[in-house]
Amino acid sequence: MLVFLARRLAFFVMALITSSILIFALIRLAGGNVASVMLGKAAKPEAIAALSKELGLDRPLPVQYFDWAWGMLRGDLGISFRTREPATSLLLERLPVSVPLALAGMILALLIAVPVGTYAATKVGTPIGAFVAFTSQVGIAIPVFWAGVLLSLFFGVRLGWLPTGGWVPWSASPIDSIRSLALPVIALGLVMAATLSRYTRTAVLDVMNEDYVRTARASGMTKRGALLRVGVRNASLPLVTVVGLLAAELIGGTVIIEQVFSLPGLARMVLDQVQAREVIVVQSTVMIMVAFVLVVNLIVDILYGVLDPRVRVSR
Amino acid sequence: MTTQTVLDVRGLVVRRDDLKAVRNVDFQIRAGQRVGLVGESGAGKSLTALAVMGLLQPGWTTEGQVLHDNVDLTTISDREFSNRRGRTVSMVFQDPLSALNPTKRVGAQVSWVIRRHTKVTRDEARARVLDLFKQMHLPRPEQLLRAYPHELSGGQRQRVMIAMAIACYPQLIIADEPTTALDVTVQKQVLRLLDGAVKDRGSALLMITHDLPVIAAMCDYVMVMYGGRLVEQGPVGEVFRSPRHPYTKGLLESQPTLDNIELEGTTRLPSIRGSVPPLHAMPTGCPFRTRCDRATAQCEIVPELEGDTSQAACWHPLDAHSPVVGA
Repeated sequence: MLVFLARRLAFFVMALITSSILIFALIRLAGGNVASVMLGKAAKPEAIAALSKELGLDRPLPVQYFDWAWGMLRGDLGISFRTREPATSLLLERLPVSVPLALAGMILALLIAVPVGTYAATKVGTPIGAFVAFTSQVGIAIPVFWAGVLLSLFFGVRLGWLPTGGWVPWSASPIDSIRSLALPVIALGLVMAATLSRYTRTAVLDVMNEDYVRTARASGMTKRGALLRVGVRNASLPLVTVVGLLAAELIGGTVIIEQVFSLPGLARMVLDQVQAREVIVVQSTVMIMVAFVLVVNLIVDILYGVLDPRVRVSR
Repeated sequence: MTTQTVLDVRGLVVRRDDLKAVRNVDFQIRAGQRVGLVGESGAGKSLTALAVMGLLQPGWTTEGQVLHDNVDLTTISDREFSNRRGRTVSMVFQDPLSALNPTKRVGAQVSWVIRRHTKVTRDEARARVLDLFKQMHLPRPEQLLRAYPHELSGGQRQRVMIAMAIACYPQLIIADEPTTALDVTVQKQVLRLLDGAVKDRGSALLMITHDLPVIAAMCDYVMVMYGGRLVEQGPVGEVFRSPRHPYTKGLLESQPTLDNIELEGTTRLPSIRGSVPPLHAMPTGCPFRTRCDRATAQCEIVPELEGDTSQAACWHPLDAHSPVVGA
């Protein structure tokens, strides 16, 4: 298990370094002089030179890279050259919106998908099973923003139960914060649940056809007991992998849903910064998102090792 | 009958829609009796066993009665049945790698059966598993309790399966090709352990195999299955020495023995003409008639099992003294 952990960790660190180099290099390859990109076409050469000096962009690239990377490690994401605010505090303001949104969306998706998928697995070839399969197929086809708009029209405009958008900070009124997050979370959760429930159904079906389920029943497990204790437990292996893969999709979904419900989250921040040509801040924020996906996948790998004893030795 | 009957199967039919894989099978197993069920792949042996255990895959249905312990197992609920599976009737499966849960320690899998059916503490169950592992001659039994199936050899896994099957002293153990997936060198050892465990517990054994020597070594009664029907049954010695059904004779003759094996090139192992027809193409009447040299028009009517100590379902049975080539 220790060797397994060490390997996974080494892989994680390598992926982190590689992606940071890529992000750093791509922005420079695309833009030429970073300072001139930030200031725009009309900028005077003196202004560009001054900004370059201020941000240290006149130094050799490796120095810039290590300076930035070291800053990231210490939690320093750079300074917005327009507002003179540290990007870290900007980011920290946005996290209380984006993190609960993404996490609650994922949890809701799991809470829906695992029972529904498991149930569908027991109903293969019946009208109910076909209905569940059809519904999740429709769910997969619906884009997140469309689900968001529909939900907002129905619950927000028609019924008036929940706000159609906007944000009330946690410090002002936690209940209103939750109310503003409710529809975005449901939109995100439902759409991901559609994909996830299909995977769950397949995974549970695969496990239930295994010989060891028959053995479990031959030793006194009821049909239902075998489904819950062996079926769902062993289906969690492929599911954990899928959840890891969905992490990237989750970020994409969060970006879109924050736009639909005009939530001041991380995604809005990145878009604002892109429009403001805050190259350094964008670079840092993108790196944070990439790191999030990598962390999720590291957790997935470790969970896999915990759940499946065979993985610990074979890899 | 002096001894108690542990299994009484009457008119068992296993079908999938219109396809009958087991057609009207009757047999009894008495307490402590060892019965072998032989036949080629697709004869319906495993389906018969799974029907008895109530573990057929969805899509298969049964007709007839399976009487065990004064209950018709085909009529009871899944919950009632689950109280019996592993306790009064248990099963050893063919492939011990796929039959054990890869994510649970083998000790936990065996102790689960014990704790499911008896009121014992975790520690008592563990002690009983340890005893079972020792009885199965598993090496380093203490450590093995915490091992996962993939860490064991094939033979060890099958011994764990047997430990699971005998853990609750069942009246009947069904072993479905328990040694087919194992190395030849290990087969004998596993069979010996199964033999000892069954004897020790006084359980009855239903041994399913296509391996005739295994039947000869382990069983006292044999049933030959073909095309979903029992075509011959009787005491092992009698059936093997003088088979009356042409199929049984063919089966016996296609077993390699020292006499009919020639290592130099021209091996002439007799075989049965043709192959088992698929279910939907099974002939009416005697299922074997399309492959049988003795078949006549009469064979279009299903023959009944007839005879004294041993019975054959054949209109033109071989006489009692027709010798088996090579046996």
